[in-house]
Amino acid sequence: MSEPTRESGAPLLRIERLSLALPEGADRLYAVDNVSYDLTAGEILCVVGESGSGKSMTANALMGLLPSGVRVAQGRALFDGQDVLAMDELSHRALRGRRIGMIFQEPMTALNPLMRVGEQIAEVFEAHDLLTPRARKERALALLEEVRLPDPTSALRAYPFELSGGQRQRVMIAMALALEPELLIADEPTTALDVTTQAQILHLVKDLQARRGMAVMFITHDFGVVAEIADRVCVMREGKIVEMGEAREVLDHPRHDYTRALIDAIPADVVAAVGRPADVLAAVERPGGAIPPQRDGTQSTPLLSVSGLDKVYRTSGGWFQPKREVVALDGIGFSLGKGETLGIVGESGSGKSTLGRCIVGLNRPDSGEIRLDGVDLSALEGRALRAHRRRIQMVFQDPYASLNPRIRVGMAIAQGPIANGVPKAEALAQARALLATVGLDGGAAERYPHEFSGGQRQRIGIARALALNPELIVADEAVSALDVSIQAQVLKLLDDLKRELDLSLLFITHDLRVAAQICDRLIVMQKGRIVEHGSAREIFNSPQHPYTRELLEAIPGRRDAPAPVTATAGVL
Amino acid sequence: MAYVSLILGRVGKAVIVLLAILVFNFFLIHAAPGDPAAVMAGEAGATDQQFLDDLRERFGLDQPLPVQLWRYMSGVLQLDFGYSYRQQMPVLDLILERLPATLLLTGAAFCISLLFGIIAGALAAMRAKRPSGSIIMGLALLFYATPLYWVAMMAVLVFSVTLDWLPAYGYSTVGADYTGLAHVGDVAVHLILPALTLGLFFMAVYTRMTRTSMLSVSQQDFVKTARAKGLAPGVIQRRHILRNALLPIITLAGLQAGQMVGGAVLTETVFAWPGIGRLMYEALMQRDYNLLLGIFFFCALLVILFNMLTDVIYRLADPRIKQGAT
Repeated sequence: MSEPTRESGAPLLRIERLSLALPEGADRLYAVDNVSYDLTAGEILCVVGESGSGKSMTANALMGLLPSGVRVAQGRALFDGQDVLAMDELSHRALRGRRIGMIFQEPMTALNPLMRVGEQIAEVFEAHDLLTPRARKERALALLEEVRLPDPTSALRAYPFELSGGQRQRVMIAMALALEPELLIADEPTTALDVTTQAQILHLVKDLQARRGMAVMFITHDFGVVAEIADRVCVMREGKIVEMGEAREVLDHPRHDYTRALIDAIPADVVAAVGRPADVLAAVERPGGAIPPQRDGTQSTPLLSVSGLDKVYRTSGGWFQPKREVVALDGIGFSLGKGETLGIVGESGSGKSTLGRCIVGLNRPDSGEIRLDGVDLSALEGRALRAHRRRIQMVFQDPYASLNPRIRVGMAIAQGPIANGVPKAEALAQARALLATVGLDGGAAERYPHEFSGGQRQRIGIARALALNPELIVADEAVSALDVSIQAQVLKLLDDLKRELDLSLLFITHDLRVAAQICDRLIVMQKGRIVEHGSAREIFNSPQHPYTRELLEAIPGRRDAPAPVTATAGVL
Repeated sequence: MAYVSLILGRVGKAVIVLLAILVFNFFLIHAAPGDPAAVMAGEAGATDQQFLDDLRERFGLDQPLPVQLWRYMSGVLQLDFGYSYRQQMPVLDLILERLPATLLLTGAAFCISLLFGIIAGALAAMRAKRPSGSIIMGLALLFYATPLYWVAMMAVLVFSVTLDWLPAYGYSTVGADYTGLAHVGDVAVHLILPALTLGLFFMAVYTRMTRTSMLSVSQQDFVKTARAKGLAPGVIQRRHILRNALLPIITLAGLQAGQMVGGAVLTETVFAWPGIGRLMYEALMQRDYNLLLGIFFFCALLVILFNMLTDVIYRLADPRIKQGAT
């Protein structure tokens, strides 16, 4: 490993007036516009912004991974005194992996599916002609131990699909750290992970950084994460830096409105309150605070009541194959009142999505009852079931995949009513009105899904669900794919519509912070069972089940949460 | 253990499918108009009813269909595919005699198309934005769209008639009686034109598919990871992009391999190649039911075998596909 030549105190990385030009016809001229910042060894800098803010672009430029069409328009990026943007490909390649390591957002796709984990780690040494094949393997094992992968010896021989998301991210980190780089770039490394896993990974990154004295550039959209690990923060919006400073300072006294909006989008007061009971009442009693006022859903007549719901997924492998079983739902029972919002919270694999799909009728439960206004839906079939389907509609998680790309938005919304016998012209007129209801202009009906942003598409998804005048809406991770500020807008829309149209809402999410913003009552699920249920307030203030406590503790930013910021109506 | 039971299950299903195909083919062939006895009698120049009846009785054609089916099936189960009265030989011997020539031709075509198709596709993908990439794709499109018989005739015209580089037809030089290496060389020279002709279409398909597949794989996240490691571009192309891009090719190659016995009728006819394809054509024209059924059986057998082989190879190539995994 070559010794750094710079004198102590000088920044390891200095970005000077960097501008990255987008291809012609993009919605703005520069992905990154005249950006300058420094990063010193041993420091964690969080670059924060929402999608499209250009926060990852600088990192990609450093690694020579800019998407085609994006080019450096001006400025320099000095790494240890050398301008990496002006380097030839060969010396740049020597830098990548060796002195600058990078980890990515999607642990599911960032590893080659056909190569064993050990081979992929050893490849880093091979790329820089270091060590013998045997020594590479030993180092790979040592690295897997260092990132605390359970059973590193067998992980070495495992294929990526055999590991969980969190384990894969640990492998990615092991790979990035293999050659002890001086700079680690982490591009949203925890966004795709469950909250408990996220906490572990954050802890690991911080721990490794402290032990090795690396500089870390941590790119995120989440101020909770910032509060957890950052030394300094750089807030970006539309390619420009809007605010930069010490983490504590920015979190406690954000100067720019945008920073404040981002921080506010996290119900920090609730989250902070978990550990400090004294503040809880203050948070709850404040009008517009993040914990909704308690409304007792059980007193009104239940719209939906579910009892004894079981669902087991079986895969049969053929004539001589043993069957494999996964219990997705195990004796689920609850009820949902008219006009009530019930949150179903759990991590991936908890069965929460299966529950939603059973209620909408996309999956059939093995046993149990789903009663809507007293009618058992799980016993209905054919025409009778179709008549009731209208009453329960779903908003899906992925705003990109849940709209047919070849069908105009207006038609996508009108298809439901048309299938139920509404004349086409009338249905299309309704669709236009619905688009206005969800805050899109009428012209939107004539356009195709790809012309809309993620948040707009989710509004379209909501309009589509509303088109059939349902009584119950099941929202499955409906805001999980959205930026926090967009999340807040969509949540507000859902909440407003629910009140106006007297809807009931079943809100499925893995994110307790989101659940806190909208739900009256909560159900916490783990491995197909309900482990805890109660009002949102009860669950946040006095979680009974260890799993719920674990979930709450894992929320990033909890311990370091900033002083309560007044939640503005526009954000909630 | 799981692997053994998987194979057993597959073989069990394959046997059932084969038997069903036998029965189906049997009825299909008997539903077709024409009567082998009449054809034979016509060729012998005899037209009297007594002669026809004798022929029918001799070949069992006077029996009701179910009885004929029963006789045929019980024969097949003892590996007796009947007797070809036209060729005066047992069907099995006829087929086994012609099979090597066909497998040589189709096997060579298969290897040529797979090898050169993948190489050309990979080159085209790496040069997607350069003229050389476009030229490869242009050629691929040309061969993809051109009918096989036309390519065959043009190849003969150019390479045999005009240039006189290669023999125009046949399996070996008639009357030369080469032995040893000389014979191998002689057959190889005869093989070039038909094998290329037969392989061109699939080569074009592989080229197009490899290119598309590589370009889409190169957009995936793990390629970015590989670049972030500092790997050389060539290593990334080979180890990360090409390997993943080849998975869909395996499916297609299995499809092509399944046609190895029955897919060369046209080529064998044009190049007078003494293989199964020509045998099938003759059997069809002469209403040689037993022979035709035998060839059909071997075609089906090969399709099923290669389907199973494709599954096995796919499992080896892609660790994610495990029995029971969803």
